[in-house]
Amino acid sequence: MRTGRSAFVMVAMALCLAFLYLPIVSLVVYSFNASKLVTVWGGFSARWYGELLRDAQILRAAWLSLRIAVVTATAAVVLGTLAGVALARMGRFRGRILFSGMTSAPLVMPEVITGLSLLLLFVALEDLIGWPRGRGVTTITIAHITFSMAYVAVVIQAQLANLDPSLEEAALDLGARPAKVFLVITVPVIAPALVSGWLLSFTLSLDDLIIASFVAGPGSSTLPMVVFSKVRLGVSPEINALATLFVVVVSIGVIAAGALTSRAQRRRSRDAQGAIAPPFG
Amino acid sequence: MVTEDSTMNDPRPRLAAGIRPAPDEPAQPYVRAEGVTRKFGEVAAVDDVTLEIYRGEVFCLLGGSGCGKTTLLRILAGLEPATTGRVLIDGEDVTGTPPFRRPVNMMFQSYALFPHLSVRNNVAFGLRQDGLPSRQINRRVASMLELVKLGPFARRKPHQLSGGQRQRVALARALVKQPKLLLLDEPLGALDRQLREEMQFELINIQQTLGITFVVVTHDQEEAMTLSSRIGVMHAGRIVQTGTPTQIYEYPRSRFVAQFVGSVNLFEGRVEERAPDHVLIASEKAGCTLAVEHVAQVAVGAPVAVAVRPEKLVMAHEPPGHEYNHIPAIVDEVAYRGGLSIYKLRIATGHTLHLTQPNRDRATVQRPAAHDAVFVSWHPASGVVLDS
Repeated sequence: MRTGRSAFVMVAMALCLAFLYLPIVSLVVYSFNASKLVTVWGGFSARWYGELLRDAQILRAAWLSLRIAVVTATAAVVLGTLAGVALARMGRFRGRILFSGMTSAPLVMPEVITGLSLLLLFVALEDLIGWPRGRGVTTITIAHITFSMAYVAVVIQAQLANLDPSLEEAALDLGARPAKVFLVITVPVIAPALVSGWLLSFTLSLDDLIIASFVAGPGSSTLPMVVFSKVRLGVSPEINALATLFVVVVSIGVIAAGALTSRAQRRRSRDAQGAIAPPFG
Repeated sequence: MVTEDSTMNDPRPRLAAGIRPAPDEPAQPYVRAEGVTRKFGEVAAVDDVTLEIYRGEVFCLLGGSGCGKTTLLRILAGLEPATTGRVLIDGEDVTGTPPFRRPVNMMFQSYALFPHLSVRNNVAFGLRQDGLPSRQINRRVASMLELVKLGPFARRKPHQLSGGQRQRVALARALVKQPKLLLLDEPLGALDRQLREEMQFELINIQQTLGITFVVVTHDQEEAMTLSSRIGVMHAGRIVQTGTPTQIYEYPRSRFVAQFVGSVNLFEGRVEERAPDHVLIASEKAGCTLAVEHVAQVAVGAPVAVAVRPEKLVMAHEPPGHEYNHIPAIVDEVAYRGGLSIYKLRIATGHTLHLTQPNRDRATVQRPAAHDAVFVSWHPASGVVLDS
């Protein structure tokens, strides 16, 4: 019976993994295909990676996406941390539930609606105050910050909720002013959440196609937009190579974020052992 | 009303009595809380507390959970605002002073060690905030780590230490600034029993070496008795009695204190007769007349209660010679605890008495066993008269 069950578990797991990863594996394999035809194997070759490096349009778009993602992630971490701290620390202020709901709304909002509403806002703002002038890198970045910040706020809030409030009180008690306490105690202690929030925002920004399509202007096509328009004309093996690079970058980001989070969790549970008094009746 | 004789001698041999600083009674109080109240909504967690603590004292706030002792400690630290009242430390009103400007440091129950800093940097944190030159910081941190025997662990992170070591880092971090007042919230609560007893001595030694005034919050009466020069017993946000451990234990002023600190046998009754050196109290519950010495200010006919500690009861197979304070009883249960035995005795009125008796001899003497008929008695100086 035991071997039967474990065989079942093995098969289930294999099927699941195959379902999830076969498309990616085939993409990676075909990125090394020598043939120009995407679906016909013509032997191993790295020529499409070379072609990719000579494609000015793709390189320009990749560079643009990277810049947007870095700015987005950095700004989202700053704003999201402020929102997370407000949510976790301000206790019950008026409208706390409303604020909390509003912060996490972008997580569940359909991207089409987020994109459209931001587009309308940018157009109205340009009419009213003349900024942002036209659509382009600025509007894409603002839009990306808007939705990534919500993810960061949720991550930070969870981390702060787990933080022993006496840590900050101890720092106050030892003579540090509140702003300094935040910088030298709170920020380092929640640093893993800040890093994983940054990586998450970076990935979200790099991935986004729909919202960027709404708020982009002429000459500001991000990498996903370029890829999407190229694929509509037929899939070229070059795109496979690009996608493979993308998978590698995103995997590194996700694994790093996960490793940081779990390391922080392990340390926290270790710290908790023996440091927290048992409850007294 | 009942008062105790305040000039009494302390007959009980106390732990570390020789090194304990005597509270400097005629001196000005070093720390004063005046009418301090802290309300959470309508509930007063601390209710009109007035407290005087003297320089070099170890003052314990003793009480059950939710009695407001930790809130009072946090008010002294400045982490919690007082709704009304004033706090003075060394003659200076610090009521509105934020925690980072008070000459007070606190050791937290969870220790609250900074997890990203090494032991050395945890201890140095407070000195760095004062902007001291780094050579002086290094010197003071090193000598403090020496004092708490953590010299070899200076480079470790908190998660690489045992519970007892963390406790000492927390103590060193709070002491290194040489505060006028050190607040300790259940300082030994997270340690196991053996380590706790060891640390009680060490804490007293360190306190004595540095001469810093300590205020300790604890729910553990033995810990309070071992550590403190004086104890303030708290109940429902108020301090119900302040005194030396002996005063608190031997002369409780209320039924609450008598029952909270140690265990006690209570006999309700009425004052029957007043003599210069004793009173006689008729108690239905005891089924006899009780004599108590050293009682002031009780009116004849007043309803009172007589409290007698279990170890002050004496048990014999023969009736004792004296007239008062002896009750025939049946042994109900015996709990053997090694060093002492706890007896539950049923008396004629149906009530149960608790009696503890040291097992001074190895079973050579016939100790009373369950179902034995015995006589319980006690000396008239052993009872305390309380308001009923």
